[in-house]
Amino acid sequence: MLETIGVEDESELFDVPESIRFEGAFGIDSQDERGTAREIEQVLSRNDETASFLGRGHYAHHVPAVVERLSARSEFLTSYTQYQPEVAQGFLQALFEYQSMLVELTGLDVANSSMYDRATALGEAATLATRVRETSGSRVLVPELLREEQREVLENYAIGAGLDVEAYPSDDGNADLEALTATIDDDVVMVYAENPTVRGTIEEQLAEIGDLADGHDALFCLGSDPVALALLEEPASVGADVVVGDAGALGLGHAYGMSHGLFATRESFLRQVPGRLVGAGTDGSGRRAYTLTLQTREQHIRQERATSNICTNQAWVALRTAIHAAWLGADGLVELAEEAVRAPKALAARVDDIAGIDAPVHDRHHFREFLARTDRPAPAVRDDLRDRGYAVHALDGDHLQLCVTDVNEHATDGLVGALSEVA
Amino acid sequence: MRYDQARWSEADHYEPLLIEKRSETVEIEDSPLPDDLTREELTMPSPAEPELARHYTRLSQETYGVDSGPVPLGSCTMKYNPSLLEAVAADENAAVHPDRPEESVQGTLEIMATLQDWLGRIGGMDAVTLQPPAGAAGEYTGLLIAKAYHESRGEDRSEVLIPDSAHGTNFASAAMAGFEVVELPSGEDGRVDLDALTAAVGDETAALMLTNPNTLGLFERDIDEIAEIVHDAGGLLYYDGANLNALLGQARPGDMGFDIMHYNVHKTFATPHGGGGPGAGPVGVTADLAPFLPRPHVRESEGEYELYDPERSIGKVHGYQGNWLVLLKAYAYIRRLGDAGLAETSRKAVLNANYLAERIDFEIPYGPFHHEFVASAGDRDAANVAKHMLDRGVHPPTTKWPELVDEALMVEPTEAESKETLELLADAFDAASNADPDTLESSPHRTTARRIDQVEAARSPRLSWRALEDS
Repeated sequence: MLETIGVEDESELFDVPESIRFEGAFGIDSQDERGTAREIEQVLSRNDETASFLGRGHYAHHVPAVVERLSARSEFLTSYTQYQPEVAQGFLQALFEYQSMLVELTGLDVANSSMYDRATALGEAATLATRVRETSGSRVLVPELLREEQREVLENYAIGAGLDVEAYPSDDGNADLEALTATIDDDVVMVYAENPTVRGTIEEQLAEIGDLADGHDALFCLGSDPVALALLEEPASVGADVVVGDAGALGLGHAYGMSHGLFATRESFLRQVPGRLVGAGTDGSGRRAYTLTLQTREQHIRQERATSNICTNQAWVALRTAIHAAWLGADGLVELAEEAVRAPKALAARVDDIAGIDAPVHDRHHFREFLARTDRPAPAVRDDLRDRGYAVHALDGDHLQLCVTDVNEHATDGLVGALSEVA
Repeated sequence: MRYDQARWSEADHYEPLLIEKRSETVEIEDSPLPDDLTREELTMPSPAEPELARHYTRLSQETYGVDSGPVPLGSCTMKYNPSLLEAVAADENAAVHPDRPEESVQGTLEIMATLQDWLGRIGGMDAVTLQPPAGAAGEYTGLLIAKAYHESRGEDRSEVLIPDSAHGTNFASAAMAGFEVVELPSGEDGRVDLDALTAAVGDETAALMLTNPNTLGLFERDIDEIAEIVHDAGGLLYYDGANLNALLGQARPGDMGFDIMHYNVHKTFATPHGGGGPGAGPVGVTADLAPFLPRPHVRESEGEYELYDPERSIGKVHGYQGNWLVLLKAYAYIRRLGDAGLAETSRKAVLNANYLAERIDFEIPYGPFHHEFVASAGDRDAANVAKHMLDRGVHPPTTKWPELVDEALMVEPTEAESKETLELLADAFDAASNADPDTLESSPHRTTARRIDQVEAARSPRLSWRALEDS
């Protein structure tokens, strides 16, 4: 090969000035395959074995084995963005089906094929709001209980769009509609609400929030996830303009916060949607075929006038979500969601029976998780539970938060026992 | 070699949609919630597991990946993804909740701290955050850091300079961060024109974003002068890491005067591209900028690992800590290769690109190039050349970009391809070069789908199976 090129050594191919050539060493030792695997296994074994009752935005449901097996098909894993659709029909169709499922779940017209996560999807929603609004505005309203991390991501997206993020008060876990009514004005471009909320309560006044936003020409953005959407009020029916959320709640399980963001909206905002969209078209044989479409919205064509800078996204996780949802089917999805209402209710009742704890704190319906009030300081209770092998959230002062799904339900007896000892 | 992609077809479509196979509508009744808090019904595909397995197996067969054959997409670094990476990411101990306290996820934090350290050494950077979930997110993070840095010095700088050959994400990230984009015309040699740069920099310059080697595969030889010009004006130098594969172990952005860089671990460090993602876009910075990194950051303290908030952190750029499983795979790749393997990677990548370039008939206007080159299809339509290549069992290069080259074919074979595979690619280029215009126009024939009418698909968008029913 060197001879064909006409050089004696590869180093001659580098047109790099001597002054900046790297002559040092990184000091990174190489390991063979077995050694690398063993090292990682040993390091990761330093993670404690814990029965996790953590939620607050990152959820796990049992991922069926078939999701692992099919998503690991190496054609899926090793392909990239479908710039040549004729040779990528399979992945395109899988993403088209993912988009279609999100359309069913949200009742909205359009879903993109993935964002990075819920927080960045929320940021994208805010910038979309500024683009589709006829008059300019500068305020984005979010629940005061929104995770601080998500609010910070939103603020970082809002900087460039000249938006200020402000919190509106909560009432027993849900949106305080009166307070929201008092603070909203025509300078608001978007109102964000979550269903379920980060505390697991189910919103009861979504349509009212939607009307309120609509009355000020503000977008109503709703945060949710595909399991909750299978049972709770359909976003389109309560006036949601955009739905964002954690779609990885189906298909991925706990991955230290890695997930993928769902993003769905109305057809009228189609040309302002961020990210990849797969559409159906026709090929030279007259058959239905799929392709990335409306690419003139995107950075590789539109550069600084693009709707977003996103290029690489979370497509493979979206594939897993679609396989998981299809495996469950309509019946299985609804059943899983109903169980996510029953399980926390049952656990809260048992926790409430323990002396020194009241649960649930909020007089609401709950989804997956709920708050409990402890007589002892909550962080101390949390630490004692940790010593017994259970992970729970301790919020400010005397509040614990517990999340229960099909992956940890088997451990609830143990948790209740441990709580009885430490409460 | 003859190639025919799998094709499951009926008269008017290929593999049917799941919803066309088996659909189910469930009425929501007797749920544990009051009716006014629930939806009325839900319609979803409801295949039995064997149907599901066959559906997705067929869809995988109708998808071309690196495991199918070479994918020389320029600036995408579609190298082979070692199976080891998937094996380590499947470790049960990696499946942790992000709100677990630090002391209970010491393994995860140790991997992250070590990876931060390695990436710092590889890029010549003092501190690295792993939080950005993709390259574009890394750019955005870097620009937020630049903005915060200037503001901390009482300066409000409004412009970001970007060469016309840069990736589209650079422009979009700068605009999203609220900067005005100043596009720099390339010089006749395809590199940064120092006169144009000098004319463009000033008090408003927040940063220059540069890819090196650039998208034509050319090393910015004047990088010392470029750095001086930008720094003298008070601006920062940002390195787009999309092409880092060309320089691994040969030269480091930090040594070239770059203040901020992102790494594309799905390119340089072999984590699979997954049909579009997930990737990861860690960002490295100099010591001066380290206090601005996203929170929380990981550090080691007396053998234990902890999370802390950098003093002047820009806050969060991802809801949690980014794409953890992808980062874990990158760790495995870097450990497997070590110093020698990393340096061998860039040598082989550059050798492969140069060899392939020698073997094809198309003109390559700019050089000397490194891990990628941009050929011109000349009087042929680059898109048609690409479609014809599909029939030869290879994935074509990136087409019609960068625009500096007419009918561009942007080729990056990566170090992973053998000489035999490069010959296969060269044959595919030659076949397209020799084919008559009608043949090119009618390609491809052997792929699952024939040529797709993109214009029609965009004119009447149908983006879900509901939209198909409605149309």
